[in-house]
Amino acid sequence: MSLIEITEVRKSFGANEVLKGINLDVEPGEVIAIIGKSGSGKSTLLRCINGLENIDSGSISVAGAQLQPDEIHLKALRLKVGMIFQQFNLFPHLTAGGNVMLSQMVVKKTAKPEAEAMAHKMLERVGLAHKFDAYPDELSGGQQQRVAIARALAMQPIALLCDEITSALDPELVSEVLAVVRELAAEGMTLLMVTHEMKFARDVCSRVVFMHQGRAHEIGPPDAVFSNPKTPELKQFLGML
Amino acid sequence: MKYVFDFAWLGQYWPVLLKGIGITIELIAVGAVLGVALGIFCAWARALGPGWLRPAITAYVELIRNTPFLIQLFFIFFGLPSLGLQMSELQAANLAMIVNLGAYSCEIIRAGIQATPRGQFEAGASLAMSPIQTFRYVILVPSLQRIWPALSSQIVIVMLGSAVVSQIAAEDLTFAANFIQSRTFRAFEAYFVSTAIYLLLAIALRQVLAAAGLLIFPRRMRR
Amino acid sequence: MIEFSLWDILRNLLLATRWTVLLSLVAFIGGGLVGTLLLFMRIGKRRALRLFARYYVELFQGTPLLMQLFLAFFGLGLFGIDVPAWLAAAVALILWTAAFLAEIWRGCVEAIARGQWEASSSLGMGYVQQMRYVILPQALRIAIPPTVGFSVQVIKATALTSIIGFVELSKAGTMVTNATFQPFTVYGLVALIYFALCWPLSKSSQILERKLNVAHRNH
Repeated sequence: MSLIEITEVRKSFGANEVLKGINLDVEPGEVIAIIGKSGSGKSTLLRCINGLENIDSGSISVAGAQLQPDEIHLKALRLKVGMIFQQFNLFPHLTAGGNVMLSQMVVKKTAKPEAEAMAHKMLERVGLAHKFDAYPDELSGGQQQRVAIARALAMQPIALLCDEITSALDPELVSEVLAVVRELAAEGMTLLMVTHEMKFARDVCSRVVFMHQGRAHEIGPPDAVFSNPKTPELKQFLGML
Repeated sequence: MKYVFDFAWLGQYWPVLLKGIGITIELIAVGAVLGVALGIFCAWARALGPGWLRPAITAYVELIRNTPFLIQLFFIFFGLPSLGLQMSELQAANLAMIVNLGAYSCEIIRAGIQATPRGQFEAGASLAMSPIQTFRYVILVPSLQRIWPALSSQIVIVMLGSAVVSQIAAEDLTFAANFIQSRTFRAFEAYFVSTAIYLLLAIALRQVLAAAGLLIFPRRMRR
Repeated sequence: MIEFSLWDILRNLLLATRWTVLLSLVAFIGGGLVGTLLLFMRIGKRRALRLFARYYVELFQGTPLLMQLFLAFFGLGLFGIDVPAWLAAAVALILWTAAFLAEIWRGCVEAIARGQWEASSSLGMGYVQQMRYVILPQALRIAIPPTVGFSVQVIKATALTSIIGFVELSKAGTMVTNATFQPFTVYGLVALIYFALCWPLSKSSQILERKLNVAHRNH
């Protein structure tokens, strides 16, 4: 059994079908890059896996937790997959430490000292232990995104979804975030990332999914996808870069 | 104008004024805390709550915002007893202020909730929080911070509006002024003094609310 | 004891509603005129006038309308005039309305001025020209929704004049209650009549504001 099983997933917004039957199985420890033009459905796919969007048909399961649109199933699913957003979405009224502690205490009912210890550990892991008491608006974009990663990690997910996590960053801040992701990959974390960082995808990912018009148009190891694209659409997409 | 102003009665009647001030402060303290609490609940229900609850909250808010406080007070104090709901003057005054502020603060707080970036809801959800937990721990505080100035103004308006509770014989500052003028026949002076006291109370209340804001929201928020 | 039908009650209340409407109109129009005057003082060049307008607004917004009514009622009496309730009510409401309208309008002028000021200065216009041709026409447009919205506050505020003895809807409510001993019904009806007067104005204010926002987004 694969860790993440995505089967015939369809999703429409009104008359616009964004996902037209996606199939994808992800093994534990895999790092998957999802690439494609904007509007190809890649972000929607990621958001479906976390239950932020309801799917119209098909099924998604993560380590046996089925995606169902009720609170109990959603909670079980979201405890297994963490998500990092393009816009960081840190909670502005809490410190970096508070951001990392909150859901542990609220959702897992972890006692404060343990949550705090975990927050320290996770911030350490992303290289921001010294920013524990800083508020989000005192941090650079790169630092905010690393706090967001620590926040997701503190819930001890078995997979992480990364939705264009470097797209909102100034170019000079991209590498510090990617370095954290690279480390996570090396430690064996299962990662699904929508990204425009092709070099990173090539270096780090085990498989690349090219999405086009709501379908997983081409899937393969990075070497095959980037050096030897089979479909004209992928050729055109890579040529555009 | 041959009228001679006379404030000599102050020497005898200041305890009456003081008692009235105390009641007015008590009314606004209770009214503000419970009224805002009611407003938070209604704002949640109207913006994020279950579908069946929303029309009821909307009706309540519209009814209160489009009728005078005086009539709300009379309805509660004179009208409700015929349904078997007997209240003291102060209880009725308190209830009227809570119900009134609840409706106004509902709309103000709702605007704060609606100005929340969608990503905040999604971040809460992605961390496995339930919608209510997300509201309580993620959305509420920044929403309140966003609208704190408007909410503070509304609380001051309700405090000044509380002057009419004297009409059901709740013994607030205006009641004290009425009492003094009926004893001393110094109507203008009595109301002049109490008006000045209300002005000071309004200024003080604004300060208190600003300080409370700094206490509840220790951080300035850029977004 | 005489029996009062629901119609008897309603008819008496509706007759008194005329005075609520009339007083609201007087307060709103009079307040609008005085408020315009205050607005020009507040945004004008003369420091003394600016300060006067500012403190005027603070005073009227920082004290209860009921106190203002009492002071008008008893204060005008000090001049030896026997003040009828309607006069005190009209004077107090006009002055009170003026303070709020001036403040609402100042907000609108400032909202426009922030962006437009430099643009029009750079065109070589003087202060009065800028106001006349650039700021005010635009401020007027964004001022309409909150002004309509405030008319609701004026109608509700007229209820307080019942306390100094002006017979309008609220006072009629109390009088009818004393005659019928049916406070629940009577005050319920009074509330509904106020609602019928105010709600259409509240709604139009909201609709106007939404329209304005849409128009602004298309710029």
